[in-house]
Amino acid sequence: MLNTLIGDVGHLGVIVAFVAAIVAAYSYYKASQGRVLGDTDAAWLRLGRGAFALHGLAVFVVIAALFGIIHGHRYEYYYAWSHSSNHLPVYYMISCFWEGQEGSFLLWIFWHVLIGFVLMRYSRRWEAPVMVVFAGVQLFLTSMILGVVLGGLKIGSSPFILLRDFMPDLPVFKLNPDFVPKDGTGLNALLQNYWMVIHPPTLFLGFALTLVPFAYAIAGLWKGEFTKWVRPAMRWTLWGGLVLGVGIMMGAYWAYETLNFGGYWNWDPVENAVYIPWLVLVASLHGLVLWQRSRTALRTSFVLVIATFLLVLYATFLTRSGVLGNASVHSFTDLGLSGQLIIYLMAFVVLAIALLVWRWKQIPVSEKELTTYNAELWVFVGATVLCLGAFQVLWTTSIPVYKAFMGFIGITTNVALPADQIQHYTKAQLWMGVGVAFFSGLAQVMWWQKNNKESLTSSLTVPGILTLLGAALVILLVQYYGLKMEATYIVLLTAALFGVLANLGMVFTLMKRKVSLSGGGVAHIGIALMLLGILASAGYSNIISQNVSGLLYSREFDETTNRDNVLLWRNDKAPMGKYDVSYTGQYLDVPGVPGYVDKQLLFRTADEYKALARADIKRGDKLYYKAGDTVEILPENTYYRVEYKDRKTGEAFTLYPRAQINEEMGDGLLASPDIKQFLSHDIYSHVSAVPPPDKEKDWSEVKEHVLSVGDTIFLNDYLAVFRGVEPAHQTAGLGLTKGDLAIQGDFLVMGEKKQYHVHPVFVVRNRLIGRVPDEVEDLGLRLSFLNVDPEKGKFTFGVSTTQKDYIILKAVEKPFINLLWSGTLLMAVGFGMAIYKRRRETEAFVDPADGEKVLNVTPQPKARQVA
Amino acid sequence: MSSAPGGANLLYPDMKKAHILAIAVIAVAIGIIMSAAGDASVYVSFKEARERAAEGNLTKVHVVGRLPRDVQQNIMGLEYNPTLDPNYFAFTLVDTNRIAQRVVYFNPKPQDFDKSEQVVITGAMRNDLFVADKILLKCPSKYVEKDIKDATASVN
Repeated sequence: MLNTLIGDVGHLGVIVAFVAAIVAAYSYYKASQGRVLGDTDAAWLRLGRGAFALHGLAVFVVIAALFGIIHGHRYEYYYAWSHSSNHLPVYYMISCFWEGQEGSFLLWIFWHVLIGFVLMRYSRRWEAPVMVVFAGVQLFLTSMILGVVLGGLKIGSSPFILLRDFMPDLPVFKLNPDFVPKDGTGLNALLQNYWMVIHPPTLFLGFALTLVPFAYAIAGLWKGEFTKWVRPAMRWTLWGGLVLGVGIMMGAYWAYETLNFGGYWNWDPVENAVYIPWLVLVASLHGLVLWQRSRTALRTSFVLVIATFLLVLYATFLTRSGVLGNASVHSFTDLGLSGQLIIYLMAFVVLAIALLVWRWKQIPVSEKELTTYNAELWVFVGATVLCLGAFQVLWTTSIPVYKAFMGFIGITTNVALPADQIQHYTKAQLWMGVGVAFFSGLAQVMWWQKNNKESLTSSLTVPGILTLLGAALVILLVQYYGLKMEATYIVLLTAALFGVLANLGMVFTLMKRKVSLSGGGVAHIGIALMLLGILASAGYSNIISQNVSGLLYSREFDETTNRDNVLLWRNDKAPMGKYDVSYTGQYLDVPGVPGYVDKQLLFRTADEYKALARADIKRGDKLYYKAGDTVEILPENTYYRVEYKDRKTGEAFTLYPRAQINEEMGDGLLASPDIKQFLSHDIYSHVSAVPPPDKEKDWSEVKEHVLSVGDTIFLNDYLAVFRGVEPAHQTAGLGLTKGDLAIQGDFLVMGEKKQYHVHPVFVVRNRLIGRVPDEVEDLGLRLSFLNVDPEKGKFTFGVSTTQKDYIILKAVEKPFINLLWSGTLLMAVGFGMAIYKRRRETEAFVDPADGEKVLNVTPQPKARQVA
Repeated sequence: MSSAPGGANLLYPDMKKAHILAIAVIAVAIGIIMSAAGDASVYVSFKEARERAAEGNLTKVHVVGRLPRDVQQNIMGLEYNPTLDPNYFAFTLVDTNRIAQRVVYFNPKPQDFDKSEQVVITGAMRNDLFVADKILLKCPSKYVEKDIKDATASVN
């Protein structure tokens, strides 16, 4: 049933939201124009508020409509058809929502609406100028999903387009214009992961939060209020740093768990596009802190706060315009919005820079001279290091943009991204890490005390000595384990240890004074731990699946190349590192049954989501399915059971790396790793290849054996006993009726690990003979019951064999990766503490002039501004 | 101007810390740009890749090409035998100038290889072979327009 109403409602909602955003922007502008901050024209303000409220309401309607389309499996809509399917659980339907560009724009718009409502309620005299910026951004964002054609010009891409309008040439629509597909094409398998349910909203909330400080900065410049915006901007920046930072790391964790490139970070342009604004955001945060404490670096703060948001816009442009093309594996599809995206980006770049230039001379600069003994100087240097790190990633990530731009002005270049991106980025980012860890430790120690040569020396001695001792110990341990440590790694190790220890010392001191002061210290410890975790897990990641069989195929080169994948025959074992590893079969996920279920227990039916149990499915004593029951299965992913056994200790564990053959990806193998986590390291393994699945198995010619009960024979090199013939049980889909005769042979085959019962079935129905062969996947063996000779008591069986099943596995050991995740948590806690502290601060110091109060300014003899 | 201790200030008494910092920042930024220029790779043809190798230039390059297919649309010249060596995959790639080149890849064969229309490889020539360390596949339907067959298949 074609339902166009819900789409029309949604589309109307988008148009209303767009128009309301224009009205809100204009009204807020008129309400504030030509007046000082806090003075507004009441009528325009009312109109602005009403318009933004209407905008928000319309956005909610749009979201409800789109979700209704996905949830209701309304495949007449292209969005539902291309992103969802019937068997998708509800929580992944949420992921469908933002799998497409339009939905992710909508998510972003949604967060802006919520934050906009908060600002309307609480930002008081800042409301009008701040909301001008907000409504301005919203009008650009809603235009992206407008889906309106004006005089041949397409504005935006609507998520409510019908399939028949999207693909009008489909023959089926000529026959039946109201045709509705029965199922959708489904959500990209890699996105069917719980992190993908929460990672995008977190990231977009982070993006949305960067708009607030930007809006305050713009409002400050516009209204000539150059200092009072800092306090509210500060708190929002902290929120942004927290949410964006956590969002990025969620993405990293998702990549670690789901993708098979072997790590959490790949320097993919899409990842970089988010990393860059976060670095600049953190730098801007330090600029704001400097202003609040020492009345310095205000211009820097303006520039960095504005740059953060502009970089978010640039990230949007990079990932959504198609400019990355071949350079990224996971940027969005090009929807032909490049022009619109460039206008959006340029509008804000030009506006923000023009405002800055106009007001630059009026922005107060500090008279203070910063000396070497000022913590402020080192905070500033640290922020500079962050910006340089961001600049490096930005400069290289933009290579496809230069290429596109040169092409646009008619110059063809053949420039490409570095062939070894990891090496390229690491060599600079490593030094940024060194700088961040070192300066965060140094500045943190200096921040809370009066500094001169003596005091500084005395307070740096203890962390300094501990750092050197710790570093020496680690270096010795690394050598003890026979690993090399390059000079750069030693520097990073020492700096990161110093970062941890110096900040830790300060946190302990501050705990005695007031816990909430130590947020910065805690976050810095988190960052330094993350650096240590990255150093260990990336610098010393160890591929244990080296090909040690001695069987090398390479005839062209003598020198050894990396051979990082090992072939594992089913039920054979191979040595890997300190483990013996064996592949013991294919499993499926059966909802309701803990763990995975062996495919050999499941008789697949025509409905790929249903199977019949060949035997009881039990876990311990608990019976989940009886033999013959219909079992609901999730057929997409195959889980390859891989057993690891420590040769020395005998300790064993099992991993189930999974893979799915995905038609949409050109029958590609989407392999996801499985990870065994130890305290000190992870064992990470994924399948790299499996036997070609699309082909029918290559069975050998059927060989006939005539047997009597009790005979033994060799089947595919396995000893088998023909134990007898019995009436066939009502098994797997035979559908026996009265008058049918069904018997089955009973074979016992001795495999490497266990014995298999094989029951080929012989059926006589209405004088017709039917045969149901039985297969042992483990052994690559198929038996069919061909004939009965009752007189002689002989039975004929057909035996065919196939190549045994195998997987190609890659396994990597990642030392101390837990430091990275725990560091992330600590960083988040630190941000949280800083937010909490500033909440208290507002309560304590709120005054009519927006609560400006300088805390603990160390008197300086003579001062000057640093930037 | 306070006589702040610090080596640079003693050497250049007029030089303010801000200037030193600014110079350092500019120097690092230039270093970053130079390093990006140095590390940036190029898209080349196989002819150029061979010339580079002949000159002893072993830096890695990008080559864009297509896989040669026979009349049945099967890719010609694929060589992958995992039971012999799972880490050896060889194929022939025809670049945009129609020059064919044998390529080896010391990794398992990417499973979506057969369906890909366009292939981007990075690596360098060694002897007569192009040794690829990265293969980027451009599949006709990857993330882009999905197969229309799905829609027609469900008619009835």
